[in-house]
Amino acid sequence: MKEAIAMPGGVHAEPGMRIYNQKLGMWVFLASEVMFFTGLIGAYIILRFGAGDWALPGIPLEEGGTPLAINLTAFNTFMLICSSVTMVKAFAAIEHGDQRGLRLFLLGTVVLGAAFVGIQIFEYIKLTHEGFLPACSAELAEIVPNCGLFGSTFYVMTGFHGAHVSIGVFCMIWVTVKAFRGAYTKENHGGVEVIGLYWHFVDLVWILLFTIVYLI
Amino acid sequence: MATLESSAVPLHAHHDDLSFIRKYIFATDHKIIGLQFLFATLIFLLIGGVMALMIRWQLGFPGEAMPGVGVINPKFYNALVTMHGTFMIFFAIMPLLVGTFGNFLIPLKIGAPDMAFPRLNMMSFWLFVVSGIVMTASLFVEGGAAGAGWTVYAPLSAVPQYTGVSLGQQLWIISIVFFGGSSLLGSVNYITTVINMRAPGMTLFRMPLSIWGLFVTAIIALLAVPILAAAIIMLLFDQTIGTTFFLPAGGGQPLLWQHLFWFFGHPEVYILILPAMGIVSDIIANGSRKPVFGYHSMVLAIIAIAFLGWIVWGHHMFQSGMNPLLGTSFMISTMAIAIPSAIKVFNWLGTMWRGNLWFHTPMLWAVGFVSLFTVGGLSGIFMASNSVDVFIHDTYFIVAHIHYVLFGGSLFAIFAALYFWFPKMFGRCMNENWGRIHFALTFTFYNLTFFPMHLLGMGGHMRRIYDPTAYEFLQPLQPMNKFITVSAFLLFMAQIPFVINFFWSLFAGEKAELNRWRDNGLEWTVPSPAPHGNFTVTPTVYRGPYEFSSPEVEEDFLPQDVPPDGGRERAPETVGR
Repeated sequence: MKEAIAMPGGVHAEPGMRIYNQKLGMWVFLASEVMFFTGLIGAYIILRFGAGDWALPGIPLEEGGTPLAINLTAFNTFMLICSSVTMVKAFAAIEHGDQRGLRLFLLGTVVLGAAFVGIQIFEYIKLTHEGFLPACSAELAEIVPNCGLFGSTFYVMTGFHGAHVSIGVFCMIWVTVKAFRGAYTKENHGGVEVIGLYWHFVDLVWILLFTIVYLI
Repeated sequence: MATLESSAVPLHAHHDDLSFIRKYIFATDHKIIGLQFLFATLIFLLIGGVMALMIRWQLGFPGEAMPGVGVINPKFYNALVTMHGTFMIFFAIMPLLVGTFGNFLIPLKIGAPDMAFPRLNMMSFWLFVVSGIVMTASLFVEGGAAGAGWTVYAPLSAVPQYTGVSLGQQLWIISIVFFGGSSLLGSVNYITTVINMRAPGMTLFRMPLSIWGLFVTAIIALLAVPILAAAIIMLLFDQTIGTTFFLPAGGGQPLLWQHLFWFFGHPEVYILILPAMGIVSDIIANGSRKPVFGYHSMVLAIIAIAFLGWIVWGHHMFQSGMNPLLGTSFMISTMAIAIPSAIKVFNWLGTMWRGNLWFHTPMLWAVGFVSLFTVGGLSGIFMASNSVDVFIHDTYFIVAHIHYVLFGGSLFAIFAALYFWFPKMFGRCMNENWGRIHFALTFTFYNLTFFPMHLLGMGGHMRRIYDPTAYEFLQPLQPMNKFITVSAFLLFMAQIPFVINFFWSLFAGEKAELNRWRDNGLEWTVPSPAPHGNFTVTPTVYRGPYEFSSPEVEEDFLPQDVPPDGGRERAPETVGR
């Protein structure tokens, strides 16, 4: 029998995992998020390979190439990965009790995350102006193979990811404000760790989405 | 008895001076949230039941005006079939088992003061309310409620012209999205609570089987419901913003919908039955005054069923067009579920075998559950065989099957649980005699209603037809349809004793003692109803939950928190709890 572990709120739970509730809850929640994106990505894979012809990167739009701007999104992907690095740095800082580092890197994460969302919105506006909508314009439908399906899957997958990043940014702002008020200490910084888990998950999903939607 | 139930019941553990609104409306106490779920879902159960009667009226007496309702037109009939399934599955059975008993029992039975996240728990309930309101509202909007069946097969559901329903179908989807949110919050809460909040000594293999059932169910719901959410959001976009996920005209795939839906839908079946199995195990052990036969195999069977539930979804699609090789593999995995299910049934029988049987009302319902679930399980094997399924697919045979497992199974277990834990919920007992009458009438009319449906199905009676008399080959079966309809109305009326008993007992029932059923669970050591915070002192657990008729003590039960040395003489601060 393991000895009792003190839980936040003074609850002693003996046979539990040595993880506090909020962290365990976040892991459990992320498991369900995995299934949600699995549903979307699974549908994409089935639709894409069921459709046969698909717009591929590397060839001009007129010859059946992808209407997506890969370079811009590659830069965006790089920014999101950087935001995961700043997140790790923020967590490492508060683990050593470094308040200044925590605030600086949290702020960096917020800025990078918000920039990601901003660029994605810019991309959406540009694409819709070109007539690339969930239901394709007649013009594009002639040159992009299975344009309607391409648009449907593209917007649903990246849209839900974007929504996740946006929610993450708002939560991150909240955590940052709390950090500036000195709510986190060397001993007690569960909030930073929990939001960090979510942030890395969203980042990981994007690396997957960027690969299958833009690159292959 | 007297030693265990000292009259010196301490007053509330925490004196909370919460306002009425914080205590009963926006409550964070898991027990109150459980009761909120109970009352909300009983209303939905009633709505679903009335819809069933309307369906039966139309099938028994097609085209005749139903008293108080009038003639049921085909479009309304489609809505009835859809909404009966939706209300019963999403708004009655699932929240009754998971919402009501999950909330009420988990912290009490594992010795925790509350759920891990009480405020998320509150949000879970209120999301459920929003979801229920949206769904109920969809009955009254222009164009009527969704009419594509509870399985909302695309493209039937994706193109408004096909069913004549547009807004109703969209509200259906939005409601289920809210429902998914509620279910997600509940699952996160239950899993975290069970893993992290157990009392000292409450190891995983000392947990009551009801908690095992709810725990494994929470894991299934956590992983299955997001798939449904993804699918119905895609369906909503097909309806509203012109995507073509499931529309063949735009390159989409209708079969993709079926795969996504049933990848959720089959685990959902086990969400609806695993908590019921756990609850029944608790009650049968209590009514037999014997430990559960094969406790570990019961736990492993729950886990095995939950695992196998993920690899059988294709058996819903045998007739949708599937590679026969794939169909065979789904057939084999489906039939494999019979093994853990049979383990459970035989263990229930083994528990009762030579037990000192005490047929209290919950025990009657639990034994009813075992017998009816067995019938439903056996009829399931017929449909799992893909060659037999060619003939009985989408006939009344499947309707009989699902009602044997969902009504005869889950709902019987819910009644068992209600009679069993009512004293702990409200501090008063339900009347035993009226409970027995309720059981006898329900059991009789239940079988008269649903057993003949097997025969209808074998006669080729299709599942969702509006007017059976329109088919020449079904006309000889019409007397049976009439018989079923009459039985169904009697089955509905058999619930009146329950409703009266429930509300009468709520206010005027016999005051409940601490341990009404002489049970071992931790919930019976706290006052009825239990106070906010549950336990004055965190209990320590020394043994499993089924130590009935132990030779170590004089009584025929040995609660989980009684120390082994010194038997009934507990530490002074815990006496009388």
